[in-house]
Amino acid sequence: MAIVLEASGLTKRYGSTWAVRDLCISIPAGRVVALVGPNGAGKTTLLHLAVGLLTPDAGDPLVFGWSPRHNPTLVLARVGFLAQDRPLYKGFTVAETLRMGRESNPKWDQALAEARMGRLEIPLNRRVGKLSGGQQAQVALALALGKHPELLLLDEPVANLDPLARRHFLAELMESVATEGLTVVLSSHLVADLERLADHLVILAGGRLQVAGDLEPLLEDHRWLVGPTEEIGRVGGTVVQAGTGERQCRMLVRTPAAPRGWTAEPATLEDLVLAYLGNPDVCALPQPEAVPA
Amino acid sequence: MLDLYLDARSGVSTYMQIVHQVERAVRCGVLTQGDRLPAAREVVAALAINPNTVLKAYAELESRGWVISRAGVGTFVADTAPRAVAADVHDRLVRSLRDWLSEARREGLDQGAIEALFTLTVDATAKERVA
Repeated sequence: MAIVLEASGLTKRYGSTWAVRDLCISIPAGRVVALVGPNGAGKTTLLHLAVGLLTPDAGDPLVFGWSPRHNPTLVLARVGFLAQDRPLYKGFTVAETLRMGRESNPKWDQALAEARMGRLEIPLNRRVGKLSGGQQAQVALALALGKHPELLLLDEPVANLDPLARRHFLAELMESVATEGLTVVLSSHLVADLERLADHLVILAGGRLQVAGDLEPLLEDHRWLVGPTEEIGRVGGTVVQAGTGERQCRMLVRTPAAPRGWTAEPATLEDLVLAYLGNPDVCALPQPEAVPA
Repeated sequence: MLDLYLDARSGVSTYMQIVHQVERAVRCGVLTQGDRLPAAREVVAALAINPNTVLKAYAELESRGWVISRAGVGTFVADTAPRAVAADVHDRLVRSLRDWLSEARREGLDQGAIEALFTLTVDATAKERVA
């Protein structure tokens, strides 16, 4: 499996604050990655490090095997980045915004970008500042997709959008994944959206990696167990979250099987995210691969 | 063309919902042998879901013998898929089922009792056929 983005020991400090601390991460190609964590967990810092907007204090990240700071031309032509709040020049028309994309990207696909605007009924002669929030988000996405990136990084792209605009934006994004096969890393607090979109989960807590892996095996590994509190010692695996009553307890556990007499229910992405965010000391990380002798 | 939808509160995984809807459409004759399923790109654009979810659902349907995918052309309802009952038979069965349901309600059975009775009878007759 090709790795698109990887880092080892990645660290970034702002004064005495660790924004990202000793992060080891590896994003396989073709995934739609949900990047989740509380505010201040390091999500935005990680994305900015991945495109060379920030200089790490340790552990240079590699994108397609290259450092975005030392080999920007090899990296940036293949990466699309949509920063938080979707920065656009509000005084530019849509056409001028697309022209900016064309002038700054050798691989720019003007026909694709214009067709996208046409399909979404966004007038090319309208000033960006006069567009609705949903339309501005679509222009920003068209700008990021117009250069046919192989990796697209999106920092809370649908925050502040109404539900319908959010749906249209995400449908547009997923259609690009279907037609172009690109890798997407998407930070968001909207877990219900991520449930439909993501097939890989990364949770950051306090600048460290807390959970990482393909979603399907993660969901298969976790289950809700309900059973008598006095038998709690029989539960194996890692307890992520436990609600213990006098007689009965209900726990989210990372374990292959339920003890006899306990009921097991499947966990959802939302269960996992809430449980891990609420218990930042518990981790679910891939084991380091065995080094060949 | 089949319109797929999602029920976020069903607790059933997205890909399984797609599998069930295609199976239901074939059983009811909405889709018949040789009909093309919507392309993954079309489903993704309509539902805003991960394309791999659609591909996984179609692969599951293919392994169950309901559909067949032809590279570069699309995914089609397979000849091995169960055939829908003929329209007149379908209508006749629905009518007799409705009659049975109104009788059950007249006798005071609620939804749960009706479903339990139905499931029990289906299971019992299945056993009789095996025996």
